[in-house]
Amino acid sequence: MTHLYHRDYSLTGPEAVRAVELGLANAEWYQAPIPRKRMKELMQRSDQPAIRDTLIWLAAFVVTGGLAAWLYPSWWSVPFFMAYGVLYGSSSDSRWHECGHGTAFKTRWMNDVVYQIACFMIMRNPNAWRWSHARHHTDTIIVGRDPEIAIMRPTWIIRTIALFLGIPQTWGAIRLMFTYAGGTIPEEQKTYIPENERPGVIRTARIWLVIHAAIILWAVLAQSWLPVLLFGPLPTMYGAWVHVLTGVTQHGGLAEDALDHRLNSRTVYMNPVLRFIYWNMNYHVEHHMFPMVPYHALPALHEECKPYFPKPKANMFAAYAEIIPALLRQAREPRWCLVPELPPGTEWTPAPKGKHAEHGAHVELTPAQ
Amino acid sequence: MANWTAVCPTAEIDEEDVMRWDHGGRTFAIYHSPDGEFFATDGLCTHEHVHLAGGLVMDYVIECPKHNGQFDYRTGEAMRAPVCVNLRTYPVKVEDGTVMIDLG
Repeated sequence: MTHLYHRDYSLTGPEAVRAVELGLANAEWYQAPIPRKRMKELMQRSDQPAIRDTLIWLAAFVVTGGLAAWLYPSWWSVPFFMAYGVLYGSSSDSRWHECGHGTAFKTRWMNDVVYQIACFMIMRNPNAWRWSHARHHTDTIIVGRDPEIAIMRPTWIIRTIALFLGIPQTWGAIRLMFTYAGGTIPEEQKTYIPENERPGVIRTARIWLVIHAAIILWAVLAQSWLPVLLFGPLPTMYGAWVHVLTGVTQHGGLAEDALDHRLNSRTVYMNPVLRFIYWNMNYHVEHHMFPMVPYHALPALHEECKPYFPKPKANMFAAYAEIIPALLRQAREPRWCLVPELPPGTEWTPAPKGKHAEHGAHVELTPAQ
Repeated sequence: MANWTAVCPTAEIDEEDVMRWDHGGRTFAIYHSPDGEFFATDGLCTHEHVHLAGGLVMDYVIECPKHNGQFDYRTGEAMRAPVCVNLRTYPVKVEDGTVMIDLG
């Protein structure tokens, strides 16, 4: 008989304590034995690829947004809004991500400028999410520790579908913006945002509120929907679907509480258009294992990692062919997960650590009564 | 009181690179700067439990391989979030082609 159980994904609940006791927090993870000399080459920074990609990115905004505005309110504007929305609500996810890591550009201010712009588009507070993502990399998909677990178990199917429409994440972002602007940092976020960084979170939220208010005022004064269709939460929502489509492949259906990125992350081959939008984050196992390798070097890192990694998914269809059944199954059997096949001889057992180290890294929870 | 301990031959660390060195139950990071000098710091990032020796050395900066926290390895100064706490540094000298660290 299958028992339904619910894990506590909050960062302040019993699972947070449990993760620390089991040695899952701030733990040692598997790393593929790539020679140091090669890693140094792969970690080298360069401005050129990101400047090129950012110029193309900005030009694409001007062309799609310009044509959408020019053709508005004709139905001919719809395809251009669709393209603009994907740039605004999806490509901003990867720009936020890469520039947050500080690896996209060699020059620091360039990372910071693109980071701030992308954060506004995707509606992620730049100060708060910098810390959230640092924790995601320290404790990837560790329940009670990772604040960025997108799909929790048992799978909430309606919510997962709503993610593609940008609804839960944008609504959550708006609520959080008001919470921050009111001077409050949620208790859970205090577990990873240091005290001296919190005023910055609040200050940014207040600035953003003023900008959003200005966009709405512009729309009212112009007696037009155009400003809110081009800037603010609406394009974040109607353009979210591509970043969710690619984002779900990162960890969907895979293991929780495994100290091996090969077991909780997925690499998927994608076409050049998706890879431009996604800035090569389809090489996700590689990214998590070596997060300081810039996006433009990930294909080369992938070649180095091949002997140690599970076979990548051939394309998005192959990825979703395993993800959709896995998520549906996890709605009924939340303890079940996909287990990628590791190349022979590369299996890895983490060193025991923590109060209950004899249990190793795999956590078995008692089903809820 | 000084406690000079041999680490490794100078040739073992490339210029503008870092090496992990474990000793007495502790871990250190030993650096070879672009101008040929050697430096030593604690081996773990002050933000999380990550060995700095896996990171990239850029001039006089060591970058944490996990979160891109950065330190000036000559002074230990924390230079970029998420690191907020400075890194402890240790005196280093070279004798007869051997890097020596003062653990005193």
